[in-house]
Amino acid sequence: MIVIALILLVVGGVCFLARVVAGPSLADRVIALDGLVITLVAATILYAVHDDSPRIVDLAVVVAVIGFVGTTAAARFIERRGG
Amino acid sequence: MADLIIGVLAIAGALLVVLAGVGVLRFPDLYSRMHATTKATTLGIALIAVAAAIALGDGRDKLLLAVAFIVVTAPAGAHFIGRAAYRAEGIEIHLDGPDDLASLLDENPPPPGPVPPDIA
Repeated sequence: MIVIALILLVVGGVCFLARVVAGPSLADRVIALDGLVITLVAATILYAVHDDSPRIVDLAVVVAVIGFVGTTAAARFIERRGG
Repeated sequence: MADLIIGVLAIAGALLVVLAGVGVLRFPDLYSRMHATTKATTLGIALIAVAAAIALGDGRDKLLLAVAFIVVTAPAGAHFIGRAAYRAEGIEIHLDGPDDLASLLDENPPPPGPVPPDIA
């Protein structure tokens, strides 16, 4: 069942990726990339369950932190430069 | 029994992430998409982390850390993007009613502040 959940996450990730490609504005792409990062965190946690190795959860924490920093930096960029 | 609970929680969380993806793909403008992605993925991550906390004997503190971080930062990030998109030029906004924030900004224009460097 963990594998089914991982396949569902792939479907969600493809939806986010389609919005990243389609745009139309830079803010739309940043929102979609933020969702993609959270999908990646979820996939990392599920892979830790699938592999039964708790140390992979460390990766999820790091990816979440980097995703927030990236979103904030992109927001500053949009505010100064325009969408 | 525990495996069933873990699987149901994981699939429910993954379904919420898929819902967020569909919302981002289908909703008409930026703020609707933001609404879909921020809230649905936060709950999805929380459900998946609960499943992982049941399944993994070790590392529950790190799972709690990851979920707490996302619960705190997802609304903050969406707020930053929303504010930046409102102030930036060229982003289409659909409103059902009058734009109250615009009239407020007209009465009290934001202080000029330091001029940002031209990074374009």
